[in-house]
Amino acid sequence: MIKDPYQEGIARGWKIVDAARLAGDREDQADVVIVGSGAGGGIAAEILAKSGLSVIVVEEGPLRSTADFHMREAEAYPALYQESAARKTADKGINILQGRCVGGSTTVNWTSSFRTPPATLEFWQSQFGLADYTQEALLPWFEMVERRLSISAWYVPPNANNELLRTGASKLGIEAQVIRRNVNGCWNLGYCGTGCPTNAKQSMLVTTLPAALELGATIYYGLRAERLTLAGDKVSALECVAMDAAGIHPQARRVLLRAKHFVLAGGAIGSPALLLRSGAPDPARQLGQRTFLHPTVVSSALMDAPVNGHSGAPQSLYSDHFLDNLPIAGPLGYKLEAPPLHPVLFATTLQGFGAGHAALMQQFDNAHVLLALLRDGFNPASRGGQVRLRDDGTPLLDYPLDDVIWDGARRALLSMAEIQFAAGAKKVYAVHEECSGWDSWAAAKQGIAQLPMQPLSMRVVSAHVMGGCAMGTEAGRSVVDPRGRHHQLGNLTVADGSLFPTSIGANPQQSVYGIVARNISTLAESLSGKPAAALA
Amino acid sequence: MFSRRQFIKTGIAGGLLLAAAALFQKPLDRAGKQALVAGNPLDPSLRTVVRAIAPVILQGAFPAADPERAAVLERIAKGVALAVGALSAASQKEVAELFALLAFAPTRIAVAGLTPAWEQASAVEIEAFLKRWQHSRIDLLKSGYQALHDLVLGAWYADPQSWTAIGYAGPPTLVKS
Repeated sequence: MIKDPYQEGIARGWKIVDAARLAGDREDQADVVIVGSGAGGGIAAEILAKSGLSVIVVEEGPLRSTADFHMREAEAYPALYQESAARKTADKGINILQGRCVGGSTTVNWTSSFRTPPATLEFWQSQFGLADYTQEALLPWFEMVERRLSISAWYVPPNANNELLRTGASKLGIEAQVIRRNVNGCWNLGYCGTGCPTNAKQSMLVTTLPAALELGATIYYGLRAERLTLAGDKVSALECVAMDAAGIHPQARRVLLRAKHFVLAGGAIGSPALLLRSGAPDPARQLGQRTFLHPTVVSSALMDAPVNGHSGAPQSLYSDHFLDNLPIAGPLGYKLEAPPLHPVLFATTLQGFGAGHAALMQQFDNAHVLLALLRDGFNPASRGGQVRLRDDGTPLLDYPLDDVIWDGARRALLSMAEIQFAAGAKKVYAVHEECSGWDSWAAAKQGIAQLPMQPLSMRVVSAHVMGGCAMGTEAGRSVVDPRGRHHQLGNLTVADGSLFPTSIGANPQQSVYGIVARNISTLAESLSGKPAAALA
Repeated sequence: MFSRRQFIKTGIAGGLLLAAAALFQKPLDRAGKQALVAGNPLDPSLRTVVRAIAPVILQGAFPAADPERAAVLERIAKGVALAVGALSAASQKEVAELFALLAFAPTRIAVAGLTPAWEQASAVEIEAFLKRWQHSRIDLLKSGYQALHDLVLGAWYADPQSWTAIGYAGPPTLVKS
């Protein structure tokens, strides 16, 4: 019998408020108000609540939990993802998968867990003055979140889609490693992206948020954080507006939240947008700048034998060969992974239409797909994107796809095609509007060299949004200090992926967990006057 | 790579698009707004366009001579409308404008290059339109094609009735309390 922690918790008196059902306007207060319930907000909520502070968490998305998760794309994308899993950059050149629900992206991610790579930390130390972002200093925090979220290497045999990455890579002398996953008693079903139906994924939804609720924290969901009320160098309140039941349009009901301290964890698009809407001071002109995405290109292959990429843990093997063999600030390197394949995600990602598309779909079970995540933000020419506001105040990310990205995309397509043919692919398709597939590595090599690299022709996706409230020691070059404290607003801390001054170069969830755990523990100490409580 | 002829063609198409957008701003706005009125479950522009393009986008997957063809088309149009309704308010507005532009005869002819009405257009003509936009030099048209691609294919493959043809048995059955 699989329990739904929320059904039980609400029955026990957890304080959870559905803003769509508020009968009138409301005011509420706590020691700390946290905006966002994903990786950053979840970790912050548990540490602060355990440290004896009262906490309110504000989530714009809905509350869906175990009993609601039916492994159906048609239900999951509208309910659990930002803009129904179709969030786009300004020119629509990149499709962004990002969670919007209680638990944020951790409710829907594919569980890949990596400590921040040493090369990334060294770059931050040397380029951004983040002197205490050393491996040694962060190790205890990474270990703490690993204990808390059951992060460990996944030694169950990988599914065929992942095994093919290892098979092809090893034939070329390229190493593939086992991914560490935040799971406990995983059933190996393969539907992490539609919400874990067995509570195995140790997302914020089933770990830190229940812990905070148990300690008396309040979660408001279906509530949009509209703007911070600023009073001098302080935030005095957070003005929120209730969303309609579908979560699309703001309604009339308003909620005003007061706190001693405010924590922003709305993700690297949402957090800068809230600060922009609030007219927060930004003397360095860095707010919403340098937003990174790990722009991702996709290569699909047809195999002789069934792959069944929908079944079994997604992303259980990876290769960093093409990150490690390049200088970090040089041409963009890329991480290789093998994603889950589900009908809607696969059919909408594949280029083309009509008979050719249908023929590929009919071989859905024999499809093998690789992803290459480009490490953006280190090469001086890789400046990422910029978060702007639409007329209605909602955020829009402008991420120009330029030559430094296209150079990496082309090399990544070559690497993936070579690996796929080495693994026995009959045919390989770069996911590009002008590609109709190649029968051999020689043909692919020639074809990929000629693909026109243009937005909306080369399909680019992203599941990792980082930057926009970069941390740094100098107020003239960054938005927040190395602990996430806003340089100008004394009682505001940013605690999500928007802190990162570059991309991570690996799936970022554990970087958020570990770095936020350290930063928020410092905050908890300063607010409570006592040592912060440990997560685990 | 980018021939003078193509450049001129693009210039003309780009000019036409801008002219069309300016000339027809009012009727397009009106149609777009109508589509967004609450309680208008199936925008007529969306319905007309989707019913015409779905058999072409889904050729090979779609039952060519199915006695239930009309019902299937209606289901796809409803699926697309449902997907559009789940987009952000800003994206809904853009998609409503796209369908309004495609359904309104003057812009259908000028921008989509499709002379016959959607109901009368042949599969070949519709395929040619989709390919023009897919390979267009104009980002706006390429993104319009991709919206149609994603909406129709998304609606089709979200429907469990499409899964048998691709050999997908659906998610496993869990016995939950």
